[in-house]
Amino acid sequence: MSEPLQRALDRISRVRGVRGSMWVAAEDGIPVAQLLMEGVKGKAVAALAASLARKVSGAAAATGAGRVRFVQMEAAGGTLLVAPAAQDLLIVALADSRVNVGLARLEMIRAAEAALA
Amino acid sequence: MSATTVVETWTEAPLVRYVGQASARLVVVMTPSGQVLAQHGFARAMDLMSAAALGAAIMASSGALAQLLGEQTFGALFHAGVHHGIHLAPCATPRGGLIVLTVFGRETSIGLVELFYEEFAAALKRAAPVDQVREPVLAKDFEADLHRSLTSLFRR
Repeated sequence: MSEPLQRALDRISRVRGVRGSMWVAAEDGIPVAQLLMEGVKGKAVAALAASLARKVSGAAAATGAGRVRFVQMEAAGGTLLVAPAAQDLLIVALADSRVNVGLARLEMIRAAEAALA
Repeated sequence: MSATTVVETWTEAPLVRYVGQASARLVVVMTPSGQVLAQHGFARAMDLMSAAALGAAIMASSGALAQLLGEQTFGALFHAGVHHGIHLAPCATPRGGLIVLTVFGRETSIGLVELFYEEFAAALKRAAPVDQVREPVLAKDFEADLHRSLTSLFRR
């Protein structure tokens, strides 16, 4: 795993409540790099996050909302956060209910900018 | 036509579920010799038989290459095109080894196909009858088997 990507995941995973973070190929839905707590199914999260991002982007384009910058999906079992990054990658975080979404979002966007600058 | 048709009925429920979950356009479940057990999405027998023969040949070639390199197998293969991708993977069942060829479009992704393929392979393994081992395909029976398969798959 390349070091800038790893460093970005380290930073995101330090946010309280985050159970894992990963870089995902947006087109393929395959993990490129990941840092996950035990029990988190990386392949499933990557595939579903990419699918979600694609559908939300499609909906945003259809309604004229423009480029999607951040996706937050809250479910009973946790929260999925997705931020599109450069080079056709997504940065994805999986968190529990304790997470401060604002902080996680900030770290994700910073990480995306720093890692791929 | 986008129907699912099967030669061996135990493959039908897992295949229908897989097609829905993975949003696959075309799927062929076949033996390593290219004998089709089930299919989804093919409209013409010729296309189906060509896809099965080519899929089986690709798996055989990659298996031979794996052996040259001291690997048992390479597992799943994935090819990406501009409009379509293919996923070709082996599946071990009590009825013997199978090969599944999945063709998908841009409405899904290789990540989703791989994810749901694992479930599909497990479902096939559970559904396969344990008390029957498939007979090897003999040259003398080949044409009759092929005709029977096509009749079942395309209701002709």
